[in-house]
Amino acid sequence: MATNTHDAGHGAADAAHGAADAAHGSSGMPQLDFSTYGNQIFWLLVTLVVIYMILSRVALPRIAAILNERQGTITNDLAAAEDLKAKAQEAENAYNKALADARAEAQRIAIETRAEIQAGVDEAIAKADVEISAKAAESEAAIAEIRASALDSVKIVASDTASALIAALGGKDDAKTIAAAVAERTEG
Amino acid sequence: MGKLVFYVALALVVVSGVLFAPEHAGLAIHPMDQFTVEALFGGDHVAWYTPTNVTLWMFLAIGAIFVLLVLGSANRGIVPSRAQSVAELAYGFIYKMVEDVAGKDAVKFFPYIMTLFMFIVTANFLGLIPMSFTTTSHFAVTGVLAVLVFVAITVTGFVLHGAKFLGLFWVSSAPLALRPVLALIEVISYFVRPVSLCIRLAGNIMAGHAVLKVFAGFAGALGFASFLPIFAISAFYALEVLVAFIQAYVFTILTCVYLKDALHPSH
Repeated sequence: MATNTHDAGHGAADAAHGAADAAHGSSGMPQLDFSTYGNQIFWLLVTLVVIYMILSRVALPRIAAILNERQGTITNDLAAAEDLKAKAQEAENAYNKALADARAEAQRIAIETRAEIQAGVDEAIAKADVEISAKAAESEAAIAEIRASALDSVKIVASDTASALIAALGGKDDAKTIAAAVAERTEG
Repeated sequence: MGKLVFYVALALVVVSGVLFAPEHAGLAIHPMDQFTVEALFGGDHVAWYTPTNVTLWMFLAIGAIFVLLVLGSANRGIVPSRAQSVAELAYGFIYKMVEDVAGKDAVKFFPYIMTLFMFIVTANFLGLIPMSFTTTSHFAVTGVLAVLVFVAITVTGFVLHGAKFLGLFWVSSAPLALRPVLALIEVISYFVRPVSLCIRLAGNIMAGHAVLKVFAGFAGALGFASFLPIFAISAFYALEVLVAFIQAYVFTILTCVYLKDALHPSH
């Protein structure tokens, strides 16, 4: 209350000071002018009722709804994010699995191809071997034939030469003896 | 850049103080004039229904609250606009205060407490506009606010707990011999509550505004040195902005504390 009396004193001093206070000269402190209390209280009650109506009917429910909605949205978004994260994980797993499968498949194909090629090569080699041996046998036969015919030719030439020699020496050629002699010499 | 602007503003204040100093400097300090209740449309007599400057500034407070809380939240944005975030902030601030201080079951009183807080805080801030009228600087106004709180809390206490509400005054943890004395003190302190609520709010606001006016009077009297009180007013104005909020906060939180007593009177 000390402040009040102090302020009132101030007001009184002011009143003594100037003419401005003349308009409401009765009290230096408008707060203590009880004639205006009814007016202030009336308008205050009107104001409070209006504010209460605005707040309780419109503003507060609306703001509460907004806050709730935001909370709901945040919760939903978090759930959705969780969901998407799980999906991403799944996709990654699927991708990894596909990758591993593809790798295994590639390996399998490589091995298979290698085996196939190997088989082809082996077959070709075997075939070539057979052909080579056939060719060799053929050649050997040809060589043998040639050798045989050469021997025969040698015998003929030898017997011809021998009979010519005998004829030149004035002898009488005996085909049987010459053939035996040639055979004896060529065999040896 | 900011520094340059600051110095230019400072120089302007000093120069304008010199240029516009009144020719006959005189001390004319009327710090209480700003609180005078006047009829808006002329006439000396102020009846209870007369529209006065009280009416004007209270309706402006209603308008400000409407703009902030209703128009501000009209978009219902999930991502709030600026006004909407202020409205949400105010809502959350008071809601949490009621819940934390007075308890979960006090939430049904939330619109009432929000009304008190919004009215006091807007009236205080509107009062800081130069040439305005500060409704919360009047004991008639703060007194009604305080009595409303007092009556509401007393009625709530008796309706919820009946005679057990009187246990609030009977400190059962104290020695038996001391209890009557303590009960007397408790009763007195209970009835002083509305008085202190009323005086604290009106006194703070009135004193701050009066001091501002006194400094303004000095500025008129000092002539070319008038910039000195103007700087003082600027500094004091910042303090008043703080006080305007803090007093609204104090009034509201004390209401919550008293409400807790009414809801849970066990000492």
